[in-house]
Amino acid sequence: MIAAATDTGTFVPRIELGAWVESFISWMTDTFDPVFDAIKTFFESTYDGLAWVLSTPPFFVVALVLAALAFWARGWKLGIGTFLGFCLVAAMNQWDNAMESLALVIVASVVALVVGIPLGIWAARNEHVSRVVRPILDFMQTMPAFVYLIPTVVIFLTGPVPGIIATVIFAIAPGVRFTELGIRQVDAEVVEAGRAFGSTDRRILRQIQIPLAMPTIMAGVNQVIMLALSMVVISGMVGAGGLGDDVVAALQRVDVALGFEAGLAVVILAIFLDRVTSALADRAPVAKALKATR
Amino acid sequence: MTGDSSTTPAPAEAPAVSVRGVYKVFGPKPGEAVRRLQAGSSRDEVKSLGTAAVIDASFDVAPGEIFVVMGLSGSGKSTLIRMLNGLWAPTAGDVLLGDANLAKVDGKQLRALRRSRVSMVFQHFALLPHRTVLENAAYPLEIQGVGKAERQQKAQEALDMVGLSGWADSLPSQLSGGMRQRVGLARALAADTDVLLMDEAFSALDPLIRSEMQEQLLELQEKLGKTIIFITHDLNEAMHLGDRIAVMRDGRIVQIGTSEQILSDPANDYVEKFVADVDRSRVLTASSVMQRPRVTVTIGSGPRLAAREMRDADVTSAYVVDRKRTLKGLVHAEAAVPAAREGVEKLEGLVDPDVVTVHPDTPLAELFAPAAGTSVPLAVVDDEGRLLGIVPRVTLLEAMAPGDNGNGNGDDSNGDDSPESAADSTPAEVLADGDHPTEGASA
Repeated sequence: MIAAATDTGTFVPRIELGAWVESFISWMTDTFDPVFDAIKTFFESTYDGLAWVLSTPPFFVVALVLAALAFWARGWKLGIGTFLGFCLVAAMNQWDNAMESLALVIVASVVALVVGIPLGIWAARNEHVSRVVRPILDFMQTMPAFVYLIPTVVIFLTGPVPGIIATVIFAIAPGVRFTELGIRQVDAEVVEAGRAFGSTDRRILRQIQIPLAMPTIMAGVNQVIMLALSMVVISGMVGAGGLGDDVVAALQRVDVALGFEAGLAVVILAIFLDRVTSALADRAPVAKALKATR
Repeated sequence: MTGDSSTTPAPAEAPAVSVRGVYKVFGPKPGEAVRRLQAGSSRDEVKSLGTAAVIDASFDVAPGEIFVVMGLSGSGKSTLIRMLNGLWAPTAGDVLLGDANLAKVDGKQLRALRRSRVSMVFQHFALLPHRTVLENAAYPLEIQGVGKAERQQKAQEALDMVGLSGWADSLPSQLSGGMRQRVGLARALAADTDVLLMDEAFSALDPLIRSEMQEQLLELQEKLGKTIIFITHDLNEAMHLGDRIAVMRDGRIVQIGTSEQILSDPANDYVEKFVADVDRSRVLTASSVMQRPRVTVTIGSGPRLAAREMRDADVTSAYVVDRKRTLKGLVHAEAAVPAAREGVEKLEGLVDPDVVTVHPDTPLAELFAPAAGTSVPLAVVDDEGRLLGIVPRVTLLEAMAPGDNGNGNGDDSNGDDSPESAADSTPAEVLADGDHPTEGASA
């Protein structure tokens, strides 16, 4: 395993870390095959269902629904902009791709948040958990994103599932971090007030900490979704489907036209997701209460 | 621990809150730090073992008392108050809330005690920003499991008490600082606990609002008879509110006493320096500076006796009281002496009823106006009109000066006619000089 260093000319021994990780992954694949199969089936069916819902109706029906969502979240300007934007996507013949990408983003974000927010809450309440979680998140965020695709392809082969899994790993960090930060930032005196009047910790979490941290948690949700979108495009490299496939294809063929159209569709999707989720953050009761004074 | 005692007040003798040899040390080895402190080590000597926030605190608070803990930041007062409702567990010692020892209860019992026995008002209000004023005031009741209709009604009553009737549906952010703290107070009142902890409750407020809130608190306390433990760094506030005050420094309670005791008899240099710049005119009351009238005669005695007593005491007027010491007025020498000579038997016709009286609890600040309007000393009388003492103008002025030349002892003031001689004389001389109620009595 450990051979003398050669081409570097130093005396640092070659540590085969990569090989170890590789054998670990293949051991995992063999050992937990049924588990991975179950995970794969779950993600695949969820994704397929959602993609079917989004792409089966005529495009303008879905575009109208999304526009209505934007209108409800922020106002008529975003509503109209959303409708026009998605019409453009359809006009560029990217509608089906966009809906597949949207489905990937939604599934991956929901999983990332379902895991990330409770983990963030736990880390905020437990110093040990926080100390363990933080470096892991650092690692996950700084590792080049498409590196995650490699082991997921080994385990799940190609298709949407490795894309979703890699996206969850890549996008989960802000969900955990923002939640932990938000809960820690809640005014200690208000939490103390809850305790002083005899509330249980669970109730303090539900009635005080989460509502007060909600604007920060929602900022994390926004970040998770945006990271998920960027990763979904990258996972086009493993044939995850959607806009990423066209972006990768355009890159391989140096097809400027296709690249621009697929890229622009990503931008439209990104703006839509960003504006709607940040508008949802403003609708948190605490954010509204603070706004009322201005 | 017995059941909820909030409906049946403890007997007057049993303290509402009792703190017995309590220590709180934050740090790596709190137990060892306490042992060293108990063995006589100083706070600095145990620094490596932990930060001693509270050292050997002991006091009792009687039901219905306002007990103020005063100290500068870092003196340990906030830690101390947080041990009274178990937000911090004491490292050593006992905290008794009625019959329950907070140091010995488990988490569930502690929460039950917090719900039923003790509530808290916070420095920065600690309201829930996303809830309306009414919902905030109802919060403790919600935790207690009171039904919605009932808790809203009780919360509304609490809001009415603090003068926020019309603000129930507002959000805290729409209110001014003073109003927010009223919500904080209403929330604590809605909890309907016997003990109320107030942690620097008025410190974040403007001076004007603050004194308004102080008055309101005193009014509410009068009406509801809560036991209040009030933390402040403001000596004037401590003296104004507190029935008794505990002065804290570096984790230790250095003195416990009434405001007047602390002002007139500081336990050490620290307390003395602390009280040097207090507004004495608001703390000291007529009863603390008054002195015994030199000559009193009963209404039944004759002018002859009155004249002789005045001559013996070298004064020109005497206070006339009845058998129960109820003040009837003054008799002047220029009336008594001729009357005695003429053989008048009774004092009755000679009494000048025109004496300005004040209540013993009147602060000195409110004595200046009446003192300026009369030439004779103010008479201090109790609710039944009995003469307790007198306050000559000179005494009033002297009491205002911090006690550099007289140990800050309120008793060193005197009724000497001439301010110059009083300022120069030692207390003994002053007493020898006589404190006769004669200031310009000839007028």
